[in-house]
Amino acid sequence: MIRTTPFHERLSELNSQHLYTHWQGQLSPLRYTHAPKHEYFAVRNSVGVFDTSPLYKYAVTGPDAERLLAGSLVRDIRTCRPGRAHYTAWCDDRGFLMHDGVVFRHSADEFLLTAGRPALSWFQELATGLRVRLDDVSDDYGMLAVQGPRSRAVLASLMPEAEALAYFDHVPAKVADASITLSRTGYTGDLGFELMVAADDATAVLDAVLEAGRPHSIRPFGEEALMTLRIEAGLPLVDVEWHDARLTLSDADCVTPPELGLGWMLRGVRDGSRRFVGSEAIRRELVDGTSRWATTGIVVDPHDWDRLYREADLFPPKSEHPLPYESMLYHHEGVDDDRTEAGYCTSFVYSPVLQRHIGIARVRPDLAATGTDLRLELAVNHHNTTVRVTTTPMPFFDPERKKA
Amino acid sequence: MTGHTSGHEYDAIVVGGGHNGLTNAAYLAKAGLRTLVLEENDLVGGAAITEELMPGFSFTTFSYALSLLRPEIIHELDLVKHGFLPLMMPSSFHPTGDGDYLLFGDDHAQNLQEVRRHSPRDADAYERYHRDLDRVCQAIRPLFDHAPPDVFSKDPEDEVDVKWLMDHLGGIDRKTMHDVVRLLTGSAADWLDDYFEHEAIKGYHASSSIIGSKVGPMSPGSGLVLLFHKMGEHDGHLGSWAFHKGGNGGFTQVLARAARAYGAEIRLGAQVSSVLTDGGRAVGVVLEDGTEFRARTVVSALDPRRTFLDLVDPRELPLDLVDNIRRMKFRGVSAKVNFALDGLPVFPALPDTVDHYGGFLNIGPTIEYVERAFDAAKYGWYSERPFIDAAIQSVVDPDMAPPGKHVMSCFVQYAPYELRGSDWETERESFGDKAQAVLESHFPGFGDLVLHREVVTPVDIETRTGLTEGNIFAGEFLAPQMYFFRPAPGWSRYATPIDGYYQCGSGTHPGGCVIGAPGKLASQRVLRDLSR
Repeated sequence: MIRTTPFHERLSELNSQHLYTHWQGQLSPLRYTHAPKHEYFAVRNSVGVFDTSPLYKYAVTGPDAERLLAGSLVRDIRTCRPGRAHYTAWCDDRGFLMHDGVVFRHSADEFLLTAGRPALSWFQELATGLRVRLDDVSDDYGMLAVQGPRSRAVLASLMPEAEALAYFDHVPAKVADASITLSRTGYTGDLGFELMVAADDATAVLDAVLEAGRPHSIRPFGEEALMTLRIEAGLPLVDVEWHDARLTLSDADCVTPPELGLGWMLRGVRDGSRRFVGSEAIRRELVDGTSRWATTGIVVDPHDWDRLYREADLFPPKSEHPLPYESMLYHHEGVDDDRTEAGYCTSFVYSPVLQRHIGIARVRPDLAATGTDLRLELAVNHHNTTVRVTTTPMPFFDPERKKA
Repeated sequence: MTGHTSGHEYDAIVVGGGHNGLTNAAYLAKAGLRTLVLEENDLVGGAAITEELMPGFSFTTFSYALSLLRPEIIHELDLVKHGFLPLMMPSSFHPTGDGDYLLFGDDHAQNLQEVRRHSPRDADAYERYHRDLDRVCQAIRPLFDHAPPDVFSKDPEDEVDVKWLMDHLGGIDRKTMHDVVRLLTGSAADWLDDYFEHEAIKGYHASSSIIGSKVGPMSPGSGLVLLFHKMGEHDGHLGSWAFHKGGNGGFTQVLARAARAYGAEIRLGAQVSSVLTDGGRAVGVVLEDGTEFRARTVVSALDPRRTFLDLVDPRELPLDLVDNIRRMKFRGVSAKVNFALDGLPVFPALPDTVDHYGGFLNIGPTIEYVERAFDAAKYGWYSERPFIDAAIQSVVDPDMAPPGKHVMSCFVQYAPYELRGSDWETERESFGDKAQAVLESHFPGFGDLVLHREVVTPVDIETRTGLTEGNIFAGEFLAPQMYFFRPAPGWSRYATPIDGYYQCGSGTHPGGCVIGAPGKLASQRVLRDLSR
């Protein structure tokens, strides 16, 4: 039986398409209107709302809560003060990534962890013998992302806390007489917030947000718009950029944090001063330089793209819908035909704000330097060919307002 | 006039800071030329400007949407870095005049259903129509994006270009070539009759056939205007339009930033009086106030009348060129009526949604309605019930108006430049009333929403932008004024008979709209000549 989120009743009234995915067993709109790209522009130019309730939510409480998370999360939770949130990840003991998520620290011994896939038993096993309580509170709360340059103005009209809330901070607030947690978080790479609200209050809070947003052209956005946004933001997605290491049959489907571009989370790993599940394997990877891949952005040469299609009498496609498959990357050493595999592109899309095709890619570490010329494989008129791409840092789109 | 030229030496001077002048200057500066843009107004953009007429309300005074801009220019001038941001127009709305409507969006299958709701027969015709038109666009696009070959020249290099053209034309299949000719010479009404039966569906597609032109949809020549507008593209969609962030004035500000970043200098409030020549070659310009600027290359972004008859002494030019430019047809028939609104208008059949306001609101229900609107213009008067292409840009770009308020740009036809028995100063508000009455008939209560109304007559367009007779394309889109005849036979390749003096405005190939191609192609010509 497919389930619905606490916001579904109201949001479905705004949905003219009735196209849904089953996101972790819950209905999640692909789009609300005929034009997901218009929903995308709500986030890039005004304000949009996204129902992110299907995320798993785990309350982690007790005197040893910090100890549990410090020993299991890739990023050092001890540096997260109450009122802060961390984007983080966790690995198996080979240092291969399982999931990513956001952990909110409410007090010295109260945390809330979100996850894209179920992970309760994993943490429970690690908690054996510790004074910590783990509760699956996924169904108790709805989560509403309010994203875009006008999100702050809309939310500040409902709660003054929104005005000065810093990037990745969170704060208790009240909307429509309901207690919520307001955080400066999101998955769009733009200025944005998320509201965690008790399921029973979800409709009232959503109504208040929509009403406050009306003069600002607020609109709900679906997963299609979100995919374009998150690729522009350079944010990886489980089961697209990597697979849960505990569920794969081949190590080729696994990545380590450094390989996924999460090296910035690894303070204290190389020198062995910080230990968590997988840290020793990652430490060896760092020290021995054995990373198989480096994650990088790629950007397509627009002239080469257009030329390929025009020479085939086709109109060069520029689709804001990501390719549903991986594409190989090649490196041309010297002469044109002498190509070697350089890596692969996991997410590929046309970015309307950048007017370029962009991709999240994993390449041989020696080819990851910014500005490296590579070729991306694609088929034109049912023949394989390649287009010129260049490696570039991520995020592709990184407006000042995101953190300001 | 004695020149005080110290510090006024440049490699190239571009006269006119409209979008083609800025594009041209950006390319020249990028190529390393010390480039100066001289703009008469206190704001760059020419006819592509955005003005805050009321606090918080941004009006696109003249040009109001983007499609024809050549995508190569976006990349070659690195415009995204300077703020280029075209916003999707998610819908296109066409009241059918009987209370019903056509509403098109981004989902092809839903569009087919919308057509089918009115005419089951027209649904697959709609697909065939767009396929045929796309093929025509594909076929002529190479002509659009290259300087026209000089078919009158015997120079071997020109003959290579002519051969390229002939080879290209020879590669077009019979049906497509026939469609090309039918569009270039025939009427939009005839062309549409071959596909559709429903009057409103024909009316919807005919609207782009009359924009800026003294033709009705039944006039031969309207097919060419339709085709020209279909040559645009946005994010890979042929014929698709976008609102630039901050209006088309937002776009020309982007161009100005790009030009400056490449090293071009832009002077505002600098009205060029004439081009200075010495022994048959351009050596600079002089402003109205007597200031002189020197350069070996002078590029006019003004329209052909001003380029050939005002900026230089016509006696320095060949007689046939002067004659052709004097006879060139301008005959503006377009006006703007721009509104600041207290809220969104209500279309009675769609009371609870805003989704039909995401793009153009096409007020010209049928071909007959538009043709009757044209009738008045033939006899020197404006339409009693005009055609209106409206856009409430603040729906897509809320930064154009205060929260909850809106700006509405209305492109209104027909408004002939020359009125018989009156003048535009006298008729301004009466004309505005006609346009507003049409809006009131489709959106009851519209008048109560109006906070401010700005009527921009063809005379205003001429006075404020310098476009002769208020023609928005700097010369009408008539077959004898296109391609190797634009602006005059023998002078379609951006050079002029005066050495070092060039033209880059919309009066040159391929023509008007915010397109950038004339500015770019002219820069290529300048740079090629300089390298010799």
